[in-house]
Amino acid sequence: MSSNWVEVCAADDIDEEDVIRFDHEGRTFAVYRSPDDEYFATDGLCTHEHIHLADGLVMDDIIECPKHNGRFNYKTGQAKGAPVCVNLKTYPVKVEAGSVFIAIS
Amino acid sequence: MTTVPTKRDYSLLGRDAQAAVANGLAAAEWYHTAIPRKQMKELMKREDGPAIRDTVIWLGSMVLLGGLGIYFWGTWFAVPFFLAYGVLHGSASDSRWHECGHGTAFKTMWMNDAVYQIACFMIMRNPVTWRWSHTRHHTDTVIVGRDPEIAVMRPPDLIRLVLNFFGTIDVWHALIDMVRNAFGVISAAEKTFIPEMERPKAILVARIWLAIYVVTIGLSVYLGSVLPLMLIGLPRLYGAWHHVMTGLLQHGGLADNVIDHRLNSRTVHMNPVSRFIYWNMNYHVEHHMFPMVPYHALPKLHAMIKHDLPAANPSILDGYREMIPAFLRQLRNEDYFLKRELPQTAKPYREEFHSEPVAAE
Repeated sequence: MSSNWVEVCAADDIDEEDVIRFDHEGRTFAVYRSPDDEYFATDGLCTHEHIHLADGLVMDDIIECPKHNGRFNYKTGQAKGAPVCVNLKTYPVKVEAGSVFIAIS
Repeated sequence: MTTVPTKRDYSLLGRDAQAAVANGLAAAEWYHTAIPRKQMKELMKREDGPAIRDTVIWLGSMVLLGGLGIYFWGTWFAVPFFLAYGVLHGSASDSRWHECGHGTAFKTMWMNDAVYQIACFMIMRNPVTWRWSHTRHHTDTVIVGRDPEIAVMRPPDLIRLVLNFFGTIDVWHALIDMVRNAFGVISAAEKTFIPEMERPKAILVARIWLAIYVVTIGLSVYLGSVLPLMLIGLPRLYGAWHHVMTGLLQHGGLADNVIDHRLNSRTVHMNPVSRFIYWNMNYHVEHHMFPMVPYHALPKLHAMIKHDLPAANPSILDGYREMIPAFLRQLRNEDYFLKRELPQTAKPYREEFHSEPVAAE
């Protein structure tokens, strides 16, 4: 499957240890900046009840959903326990010329 | 407005459950007060310190009070120690399972999980079942037919309410559920909110608990004394009153079938002892609106958003003064509820979200 690199925002627009919401062509993504200054991207909605993860809390490599406190590892997309059971899909991310890009398949 | 009493169907498998899904009340988007992201992140920040401190005080006090109760057993001096022990066992455990179930009390997840398991045992709520029922409670708060944790249904069963101050009916049902689960039976209602993969865990926990109670009862018979049961099990009866007293205030007498926590939840200012036992769940509108905020940050959250909320009740007594008359009126008209007045500074509630505007006076 081919991927399109899509520009999300300036790298500095995402705070360290935080997440932003990115909407593109009817899809919603969550783009993260880790405490060690790396960038990651996942689907933007919780797999439990379709809540926007960008309203949640980033702690180390975890994103916690703002509605039911479900947790995912945002680097791997892995669900980390109830009430989330289904993993998040992750997307490649690169930073070029001060901007963040994600590869949307 | 003229009201026509209607029979609510609280069954998770019934008519109102289907109606809530059909009219968009189930899994709806709820109103939130706008808070800048930076401030929200600060409020959501996790810490171990406050919950470790409170847990040491909580469990340490139980050891001390229980020890003194044992020491004075057989005399009247034991009574006050057991009364206090009972509240920590049968009431403080309610807020502990709740907070740790959200995973917000401690920063370290295993600490949340450990206290969650201990508190669930004390309050006699299966940690698997109640984790999922509480998830539904937050999705569909006081939505008839969807919320499995509605404490006071309409018309209210006042005898049941009074009996539950001593855990009577709650414990009876908890024991039946435990034995049923221990024999591998998950009810049809439980199946509506517990995912299939989680059900074996609920059964395992029920079996472990049943074994603990059998051993405790056996020890009581062996010793010819009720003392072991005074420490394990019975406190859920004689110490339940505080969690029922505070728990009824959460949503009692307020609107159902609305998707704005300002209208169906109650914030009450309480004395420091009750706030410790209740772990700040008296800030209940705030908790429902932002369940990511740890209990120790709720007073700060309240101060930030109170311009958008109904005025908090100034005391437990004040809460009961408005709630009990509402319960009595609901005996005659189950559509009656306490309509919350939002301040001038608040964003208004959009009643057009609902297919049938609810009656109010």
